[in-house]
Amino acid sequence: MTAAAAFIPASPPPAAARRRLGGARIAGLGILALWTLLGVAILWLLVAGYDGEMIARYLPRILDGVLTTLQLVGLSLVIGAALSIPVAAGRLSANPAIGAVTFAYSYFFRGTPLLAQTFLVYYGAGQFVGFFREIGLWWFFRDAFNCAVLTFALNTAAYQAEILAGAIRSVPRGQWQAAQSLALPRGVTLARIIVPQALITALRPYGNEVVLMIKGSAIASIITVLDLMGQTRYAFSKTYDLQVYLWAAILYLAMVEILRRVWDVLERRLTRHLQRTD
Amino acid sequence: MRMLKTVALAATVLATLVGGAVAQDITKVRIGTEGAYPPFNFQDANGELKGFDVDIAKALCAEMKVECEFVVQDWDGIIPALLAGKFDAIIASMSINEERKKSVAFTNKYYNTPPAVAVPKDSPVTGITAEDLKDLAVGAQSSTTHSTYAEQYLTQSDVKLYPTADEYKLDLENGRLDAVVDDVVVLSDWVESEAGACCKIVGTITPVQEIHGEGAGIALRKEDTALQEKFNAAIEAIRQNGTYETINKQYFDFDVYGG
Repeated sequence: MTAAAAFIPASPPPAAARRRLGGARIAGLGILALWTLLGVAILWLLVAGYDGEMIARYLPRILDGVLTTLQLVGLSLVIGAALSIPVAAGRLSANPAIGAVTFAYSYFFRGTPLLAQTFLVYYGAGQFVGFFREIGLWWFFRDAFNCAVLTFALNTAAYQAEILAGAIRSVPRGQWQAAQSLALPRGVTLARIIVPQALITALRPYGNEVVLMIKGSAIASIITVLDLMGQTRYAFSKTYDLQVYLWAAILYLAMVEILRRVWDVLERRLTRHLQRTD
Repeated sequence: MRMLKTVALAATVLATLVGGAVAQDITKVRIGTEGAYPPFNFQDANGELKGFDVDIAKALCAEMKVECEFVVQDWDGIIPALLAGKFDAIIASMSINEERKKSVAFTNKYYNTPPAVAVPKDSPVTGITAEDLKDLAVGAQSSTTHSTYAEQYLTQSDVKLYPTADEYKLDLENGRLDAVVDDVVVLSDWVESEAGACCKIVGTITPVQEIHGEGAGIALRKEDTALQEKFNAAIEAIRQNGTYETINKQYFDFDVYGG
């Protein structure tokens, strides 16, 4: 028992203030009711319109689409992460030329729609068939999936580089100076001191970026890639049943929810030295 | 969906009660079309709708003495949009087939042309059978009779589906596709133009009744039987009075009505 606890006697918590039913609360309750109604309506649409035959017919295609979406997002994120390291280094560089080039890259990919970028790569590459054949790269650009991965990787690299650069900037300068005073090599400083601290800051934005990528990957469906969205559009074009979009939404939600839980575990692991153990 | 129907029914009953005889008199028809399927329906440089479908639609409206308004709608969502009441009729080269008859009603056909296959000019492909197109990348517009045909009959080809005809044309031109399937009129209009100089038609496909149906008709909501009768009478009338022939001649040097 601390000294303070001995001198100040424990007292019960104050009584909860009675909240009056004002205009704001009524409006809030009304909106809440509206949302609940909307949720119930969607649920009802799913239950009332349940069509077992349709699901049996299109489920294999939809699951195949989920797999394609996961491959598309997974590959794009890994390649993008690798690309983002030099870009982040460029963004942090003291050299104005390198800084300008990497800034321009990041500015372009973060400032234009992913849809436009995808079209630009897919149909743009199509305009230069002769050139790509000559340098022996047409086999790559011929495939829509490859074009989608390339575009998404370039796009996410720009965002990931900003996240990484921002997180490294957020680590106090004193950490660098302390490492220097211990004569630690720059590489070791970065790997063992700066990056582990930066990752705590970067983790949530990284998670957001992955979620955005999962949703953004639906764009691949308009350049003939049969991802989850592509297969859903296919099923809808055969059935005209809006339910298929609801099922697709549920599958996208499931992916995002799994990711969210993984991220919670990662965060607990990275911040284990900051947690209270009482 | 069931509730929607109930609401729609209630609305119809109400309209009949309130409107009486007036509700029977159709004065305005909204027509949905794609606007991306030359020479049947397309938008010119000024964004104005042109084409055989559009001229036929205007002639039919004049014949029925109703005011017509065009609504441009992406092909993929054109039937759902009709069912949702965004417009009252689809005049967009839609083939009358069994699959679509499950959701919409059709008038009699207003033209009938066979499907065909187009390939690049230097292509080694010489025929249009599944064997000729084996292991090749074949493109078609999604939700069309041509995409259904490609999926069911060209099972050994790599079938790719595109939202509009423009996109498969680009990919045939750049070599991502080895062949495309579409209406013979659409393809020949394209290969004869400057844009389609890359490619040629290798042959026409004999239509398959279950897939291609009996030609292009006007799609309507199933409950709009009065409108259906009006359209059928108008098609018959413009066939008789020479209007159809005049429009036909403006676009084609052969009879698109078909046998």
